[in-house]
Amino acid sequence: MQIEIDEISKLFGTTAALNPVSLAIPSGALVALLGPSGSGKTTLLRILGGLEFPTSGRVVFDGQDATGLSVQDRRAGFVFQSYALFRHMTVFDNIAYGLNARPRASRPTKAEIARRVTKLLDLIQLPEIGARYPSQLSGGQRQRVALARALAIEPRMLLLDEPFGALDAKVRKELRQGLRDIHDSTGLTTVFVTHDQEEAMELADLVVVMSMGRIEQIGKPQDIRARPATPFVREFISA
Amino acid sequence: MSDIAPTTFRPATDEAPLFRVVLTLVVLTVLVLLLFAPLVAVFYEALREGLVTAVVSLAEPEALAAIRLTLTVAAIAVPLNAVFGVAAAWFITKYDFRGKAFLITLIDLPFSVSPVVVGLCVVLTFGANTWIGSIMVDAGYPVVFALPGIVLASMIVTFPFVARELIPVMIEQGRAEEEAALTLGASGWRIFRTVTLPNIRWALLYGVLLCNARAMGEFGAVAVVSGKIRGQTATMPITIEMLYNEYLSVAAFALAAVLALLAFLTLGLKTFLEIRHADALAASRRH
Repeated sequence: MQIEIDEISKLFGTTAALNPVSLAIPSGALVALLGPSGSGKTTLLRILGGLEFPTSGRVVFDGQDATGLSVQDRRAGFVFQSYALFRHMTVFDNIAYGLNARPRASRPTKAEIARRVTKLLDLIQLPEIGARYPSQLSGGQRQRVALARALAIEPRMLLLDEPFGALDAKVRKELRQGLRDIHDSTGLTTVFVTHDQEEAMELADLVVVMSMGRIEQIGKPQDIRARPATPFVREFISA
Repeated sequence: MSDIAPTTFRPATDEAPLFRVVLTLVVLTVLVLLLFAPLVAVFYEALREGLVTAVVSLAEPEALAAIRLTLTVAAIAVPLNAVFGVAAAWFITKYDFRGKAFLITLIDLPFSVSPVVVGLCVVLTFGANTWIGSIMVDAGYPVVFALPGIVLASMIVTFPFVARELIPVMIEQGRAEEEAALTLGASGWRIFRTVTLPNIRWALLYGVLLCNARAMGEFGAVAVVSGKIRGQTATMPITIEMLYNEYLSVAAFALAAVLALLAFLTLGLKTFLEIRHADALAASRRH
C-alpha cells in the first residue's frame, strides 16, 4: 500500500511534536524513521497507525484520505516498543487475538484460526511455543511473537516502534535479517522507528532523518551517507 | 583458599540474632494482644452459656432482620462500588486531563472524613425536610431512616477501596496492551473484557473484598442515617451495640461472632482463590 503524509503537524498542548511534515512512501517499501528522542518519529508512526490524530494535515492510503479513519479500520500491523504482548494469554491466544476480535460474519472458524496461527509461528521460526506465556519468552522471542500477532490481521502495512530497542546486540543483528525476510516475503509496506543510524542504513530502502519535529532528509541510505543535506544529518549519521 | 574461610559472614541485609528474636516477640505480642485475644474473647462470650443459647439468640426476629439487612446492604453497595471504582480508575489512568490530582484526592475523601460526618451529610442532603428528600418521601421511597439511606452511606464510606486498589496497578501497566488490542481491531468493550479486566482482576478482587468487609462492618455513618429502628433499619453492628447496651451480652456477642465469621469467610475466599490461581498470579506478576 502506498502511503502519503501531507503537511502533517501535531501539537501536544502548546508544544509542537511535529511541524508540518510531508512524505511519500512507495508501496512495498521498507522505510526507517531515524532520529534522536524527541524528534517526532514515534508521533509520526502513531499517526500512521491511528493511535494519534494530527492537528492538521492529511494521511492518504492508496489515494484515499485516511486521516479520520479509526485505528480498528486502518488494519495497520503495529509492533510496540516493549511489544505489549497480552501477559495473561498464551502465545497462541496472543497471535489469534486479532482474528477472534473480528465481527462474527468475517471471523474465521476455530480450525482456520488455529491453522493460521500455526503458519505464523512457522514464519517466525518458533513453531513450538504456542502454549507458553509471554513471561516465559526471551526478548527476541517476544519481538517475533509481537510481529506474528501484527501479521495475523492481514495488515495493509506494518508499523514498528523501535523493534530492536529492547534487545542485546547479538540478537538485534539476527532479528534485523528476520524483519528483512518477513518484509520481502509479505511485500508489505513497512515503516519502523529507530534511533540507531546503523540499523536504519543497513535495513531500510528509504531513510527519513528527523529532528525536532522536522524531516531533515529523505533518501536512500547510500545517498544520505554520500550527501548529507544538513549539518544535523552529517553529525547524526557519523555518530 | 581454605586459610581465608571465616564462616561468620552473613548477608548484609540480615540483622543480629538477638535483634531478630526481640523483633519477632514484639510483633507476636502485638498480634496476640490486639488481634487474637479480642477475637477469642468475642467467641468466648458468645458461647458462655452454651451453643444452644447463642443460636437461639440469633434466631430472634430482631437478629435475623439485622443479618438480612446487612447482607442486603452489602449486596447492593459492593457491586455498585466495584463498577464505580473500575470506572474511576479507568478514567484516571487511561486519560490525561486537568484536575486529575484533585479527583484522586476527592476519591480519598471518605477515608479522611469521619463516618459520622458522612452520615450527617446524607441526612442533610436527603432528609425528609430537604428538597430531594421531600420528593422521595412523596414518591413513597424515603431515603433517610430507610434502606436507601443506609446503602448510600455505606457506599460513600466504602467508595475508595476499589479505586485505590486499581489505580496503582493500572498506572503500572500503562496503556500499551490496550493500544495493541486497538490496532488488532478490537472494540472498546472487547478490549475491556479481554485485556483490561484480566490484568486487573486480582487488584479488583482485593478491592471488592475490602469494600465488602467495610460495608458489612460500617457503624458510624449508618448509625446516623438509619434511625436505629429495631428489626427494620438496624444493621448487624447497630444491633450489636443496642443489645450490648441492654446487657444482653450473649445475644450481642453471638451476633458479633457471626459478623467476625463473615469477615473470616471473606479472607478464606481470598486465600482459596489465591492458591487456586497461583500460576496465573505468578505469570501476571513476573512479566
